[in-house]
Amino acid sequence: MEFKVLIYILLTGVFVNNYVLQRFLGICPFLGVSKKFSQATGMGIAVIFVMLCSTAVTWPIQKYVLEPNKLGYLQTIVFILVIAALVQFVEIVLKKFIPALHKSLGVYLPLITTNCAVLGVAINNITDGYNFVASMFSSLGAGAGFLLAMVLFAGVRSRIENCPSPKSVQGLPITLIAASIVSLAFFGFSGVIDNLLGM
Amino acid sequence: MKNNKLSILLRGLIAENPVLVLVLGTCPTLAQSTSVIAALSMGIAATLVLVCSNMVISVLRKIIPDTVRIPCYIVVIAGFVTVVQLLMQAYLPDLYKMMGVYLALIVVNCIILGRAEMFARKNNVIDSALDGLGMGLGFLLALLAMATIREVFGNGSFAGIEISFLADYKIPILTQAPGGFLVFGILIAIVNKIGPKKGAEKRKNFSCEGCPSASLCGKVSCAENCELVAGGEPDAADTKKEEGNA
Repeated sequence: MEFKVLIYILLTGVFVNNYVLQRFLGICPFLGVSKKFSQATGMGIAVIFVMLCSTAVTWPIQKYVLEPNKLGYLQTIVFILVIAALVQFVEIVLKKFIPALHKSLGVYLPLITTNCAVLGVAINNITDGYNFVASMFSSLGAGAGFLLAMVLFAGVRSRIENCPSPKSVQGLPITLIAASIVSLAFFGFSGVIDNLLGM
Repeated sequence: MKNNKLSILLRGLIAENPVLVLVLGTCPTLAQSTSVIAALSMGIAATLVLVCSNMVISVLRKIIPDTVRIPCYIVVIAGFVTVVQLLMQAYLPDLYKMMGVYLALIVVNCIILGRAEMFARKNNVIDSALDGLGMGLGFLLALLAMATIREVFGNGSFAGIEISFLADYKIPILTQAPGGFLVFGILIAIVNKIGPKKGAEKRKNFSCEGCPSASLCGKVSCAENCELVAGGEPDAADTKKEEGNA
C-alpha cells in the first residue's frame, strides 16, 4: 500500500474520525480520567499501547484462524476475550521486565481491559478491509486521537473546575457541554486533511 | 410479593434509570441517538441481550467461581450479542448495516455487565429477568428521549417522517457528534433539577460502577483510583466516598 494512503489513514484517525469526539467510543475513560493533565496523558499513552498490541494480535487471528475455518461469526467473542487476556498478560510482563514503565502505565492498564474504543478499533480494521500495516496505522491514529482528545479536554476541564456554574449543571452536565464544544472544534479539521494530501 | 416484583421492574425505568441516573452505557447512548429508528433498534437489541444474559448468569450464579466471574460474564454476554447479530443480519440487514460496529459493542456496554455484577449474581432467575427488562426499557426510554430531541430539532422529522412546519428551522448540528454531547449534558442537568434526589451523588461524577474493570481497581471512580494508586493525596471528599464504598 502506498505510503501516502497510510499517512492519510493515520491523520484521519487522529483528527477527522476521532474515536472519542466523533465516533463516541471510549467515553468512559474520556470523562472519568480527564480531570488532571498527567492522568490524561498516562491514560492516552496506555490506550495507544493496548490498541497497537490488540490489533497486532486480533488481525492475524481473524485472517489466519477465523476466516479459513469459516468461524467469522465468533469474531465478537474471540476478540473480547483475546483483548482482555492480552491486557492482563501485558501487565504481568511489564511488571516483571520493565518495572519503570509498569509504574507509569500499569495503573491505567486494568481500566482499559474492555474499553469499547479498543474493541471498536479491532473490529473496524476488519470491517474496513485494511491489510496488516494499514490496520496498525489506523490503530495508531485512533490511539493518538484518543490521547489528543484527552489532553485537550484535561486543559478545558481544569478551567471549568474554577468557574462558578449553576447547581444543576455542576459535575457531569457541564463536562458534557464542554465536550460538545471541543468536538465542534474538531469539525474544522475535516476538510484540511483531504486538501493537504490531495486525496 | 407481587408488589416487590413490580418495583424491581419499574425501578430501572425512572428511579434508577441506567443512562440518566446511573450514567452507564454512555457510548451507545451518544452514538445511536441520531435518529429514532436507530435508538429503537439499539434499545431493543440491548434489552434482549440484557434479559437473556441476566437470566443465564443468575442460573449459573452458584457454579461460576468468584475469582473468574468477570470473564465468564463476558463470554455469556458476547454469546448473546452474537446471537442478536446473526438474527439481525438475517432478518433486518438494513438495520444491521446502520448500527455497524455499535451492535458488536453491546458486549462492552457497562449496563449489561453492571447488572450482572450488581444484581443477577445475587438474585433468582425471575427477579433477574425482571431487573434486566426494567433496566433495558429504561435504557430504551432514555435513548428514545435523546433521539426524539435530536431528530425532531436536528432533522425536522420523527422516525423518518418529515414534520413540515419544522423544515425551515432545522439545527443540523444536533444530529452530529457535538449535538450528542450537548443534548446528553442538558438532559442530565434537567434530571438533576427535577429528578429523584436519591441518585444525585452518582450523577455528579462519572462512576465506574458498571465498569468491567471495577473489580480490578477496587470500585472507586476512575479519577480517584488513579490518584490513589499514583500516590496523590486524595482530598477529604474522596476519602469519605472511599470509606462508603468499602
